[in-house]
Amino acid sequence: MIRYTLKRFLSLCISLAVASLLIFFVIEIAPGDPASFMLGINAQPDTVAALRAELGLDVPKFERYLAWTQGMLTGDFGMSYTYRTPVSQMVADRLWVSLPLALFALALSTIIALPAGIYAAARRGKTGDVAVMSATQLGVAIPNFWFAMMLVLIFAIKLRWFAGGGFAGWDKGLGAVLWSLTLPAISLALPQAAILARVMRSALLDVMNEDFMRTARAKGLTTTQTLWKHGLRNALIPVLTIIGLQFSFLLAGGIIIEQVFYLPGLGRLVFQAISARDLIVVESVVMLLVFAVIVVNFAVDLAYAAVDPRLRART
Amino acid sequence: MSLLDITNLSLSINGMPILRNVSLSVNTGEIVAVTGESGSGKSLTALASMGLLPKGSQTTGTITLEGQDLLTTSEADLCNIRGNDIGMVFQEPMTALNPVQTIGAQVAETILIHGSMRKSDAMARAADVLTRVGLHQEQFPLSRYPHELSGGQRQRVVIAMAIALRPKLLIADEPTTALDVTTQAQILDLLKDLARDYDMGLLMITHDLAVVSDMADKIVVMHLGEVVEQGETRSLLTNMKHDYTKMLFAASGHQVNLPDLPAYDVLLSVKNVVRDYTTPRKTVFGSKGVFRALNKVSFDIKSGERLGLVGESGCGKSTLTRAILGLEDVQGGEITLDGAPVFTGRKPNFAVRRKMQVVFQDPFGSFNPRHKVARLITEPFHLLQTPPSHDERQRLINQTLTAVGLDPSDANKYIHQFSGGQRQRIAIARALIIQPDLIVFDEAVSALDVSVRAQILDLLANLSAKYNLTYLFISHDLSVVRTITDRVLVMQRGEIVEQGETEQVFTAPNHPYTQELIAAAPILPDLQHLKE
Repeated sequence: MIRYTLKRFLSLCISLAVASLLIFFVIEIAPGDPASFMLGINAQPDTVAALRAELGLDVPKFERYLAWTQGMLTGDFGMSYTYRTPVSQMVADRLWVSLPLALFALALSTIIALPAGIYAAARRGKTGDVAVMSATQLGVAIPNFWFAMMLVLIFAIKLRWFAGGGFAGWDKGLGAVLWSLTLPAISLALPQAAILARVMRSALLDVMNEDFMRTARAKGLTTTQTLWKHGLRNALIPVLTIIGLQFSFLLAGGIIIEQVFYLPGLGRLVFQAISARDLIVVESVVMLLVFAVIVVNFAVDLAYAAVDPRLRART
Repeated sequence: MSLLDITNLSLSINGMPILRNVSLSVNTGEIVAVTGESGSGKSLTALASMGLLPKGSQTTGTITLEGQDLLTTSEADLCNIRGNDIGMVFQEPMTALNPVQTIGAQVAETILIHGSMRKSDAMARAADVLTRVGLHQEQFPLSRYPHELSGGQRQRVVIAMAIALRPKLLIADEPTTALDVTTQAQILDLLKDLARDYDMGLLMITHDLAVVSDMADKIVVMHLGEVVEQGETRSLLTNMKHDYTKMLFAASGHQVNLPDLPAYDVLLSVKNVVRDYTTPRKTVFGSKGVFRALNKVSFDIKSGERLGLVGESGCGKSTLTRAILGLEDVQGGEITLDGAPVFTGRKPNFAVRRKMQVVFQDPFGSFNPRHKVARLITEPFHLLQTPPSHDERQRLINQTLTAVGLDPSDANKYIHQFSGGQRQRIAIARALIIQPDLIVFDEAVSALDVSVRAQILDLLANLSAKYNLTYLFISHDLSVVRTITDRVLVMQRGEIVEQGETEQVFTAPNHPYTQELIAAAPILPDLQHLKE
């Protein structure tokens, strides 16, 4: 197990190094000079050059890469070209919106999906299964922004239970934050829950055909006991994989939902930064997202090993 | 009243009749073997006795355990009976255990669900039961996981789960089919001992008549869902009444007439071959280990010779096959076919490849289901420098299909339209069509029913006479190797421990391992001897 963990950790470090190189250089070769963009089309060449020097764009690329990665390791993400504020501060503010939203949505999705998937698998082919499967079909098919707008129409405008958008701010307390994130989290979670429920169901159905499930029945376990005691843990591997992928997606992929609900999240920040050629912000946020994805994958790998002893042994 | 009484059991699944009027009984302490080929309904008879029939099953008749009709018992009561009064052992030990639970937890589970007991007490009981089936705690603690055990050891765990509560009846469905002969002998002994010690009834399902006649008190022969004959073992064997029983017995010990061995030159030469696999590091900074799968293996196959290779799983048979086919490099020695090396790096040497063909074990998995037979069997043509013309190709297809006992019109069918035996004929046709110098049969008849196996063996003997075949016949089944080969190699742990003329090796084995193998292999009783 220790060997397995070390090996996974090593792979995490390598992935991070490769990803940082890739992100930095891909964004560097993208067309558009931040300095000339900031000064507009009519700027004098020497003004642009001066601004380039001020922004640190005149040093060789590789030195800038080193400075950038070193900065990130110490929490200094540099200064935004457009806003002239520390990137770390901007990112941190947005992260405090996006991260709780992602976690909230993920929790909702898991809470809805796992029982639904298990229920459908246990009643395979019966009405309950068909109902759950039809619902998930719908969940996958409906665009989440449309669903978000419907939620706003019903719960914010008609019933007035929630605010139609905006973020409460952490100074109002956890309750207020969760309250303002509830509708966005639901709209983000439902399509994910639909996918996850289908994965849970099919994984469980696969396991139900395994020989050891029959062995368990021959020992005298009821079908339900067999499902819970032997089926579930064996079905978890594909489910964990999907949960890991979904978290990464939820962290950055909420841009449309952030727009619908006027949430100052990471998605909007990237969008604005890209429009303004604010490379340093784009690089930092993308790197942060990559970091999140890689760390989540690491966690999922550890979870695999916790679930399946064969992985611990194989390393 | 018997312990288990099955009376006029008929079963249909989704309207399809499976069993018809099956009647049999098992007494306390008695070993009853149900035998027959695939599709005879023997496994479903066992599952019916457990109340574990698949969905859509409809039954008539009765199955009583000590007078209680299991077919009318409620599911809740059946759960109390399963594991408690009836235990069951399955065929596939590799998959019959939950991979993510320790063996201790799985054995203790049987005990825990049937009685209120503290977990620690159940674990102690589990340890006792595991010791009873031969898995001692020093070597196999309760905390072991199934993947850390061999097939035979896993089957012992499955048996431990089944007998943990000393059931009155133990049902074993092909319990040794997936195991090596020496392991098979041990597991059969264990089952016999347990039945005697615990005074259990043992209902054994097996296709292997040799196993049946060796240990059963009573034999029930099934064919296409019906019991065709049953009786006390000795009297049934000495006085077989039904044609199917006679056929089954004859096919099990089927002998073929191989043509005389022509004296030709060496075709395949294997000299001092060494094959090493690297194993993962044991510690983070340790060096990689080496597993020697083949250790200085040397032998020759002469043109026209039929050579057998026997050995248990993990002995290096498959590694040797891959090396001979030139699929993998070896770390020492050399393998040559007609003087040319079989392995030529990443780019295969077609000049050598076209002289060798292989027939694999699984008649279901070794064909692309979306291609027609004509395309499947002509696949080796791509090895030829000049593929045959259209007419010539057609002629070869017809000729080869006829040679393996199929009809030329079968060329336009898909593989799912054929039975297992027919598929193996197609596999042989695919190997034959470019008339290779050497054919490797890798467990080619192991998955077949005995009657089909007999036919395929006859086919091989005929083809040998007709085409002067040279082959390497790899099998774990000693009786088959004995009849279908001229010479035999015995392999153990990557080494050839004995080789010689087949009859010679089987009648007077020299090496202790060969002796052990032959002693462990169940043999059909000599009927003449039984009668006297």
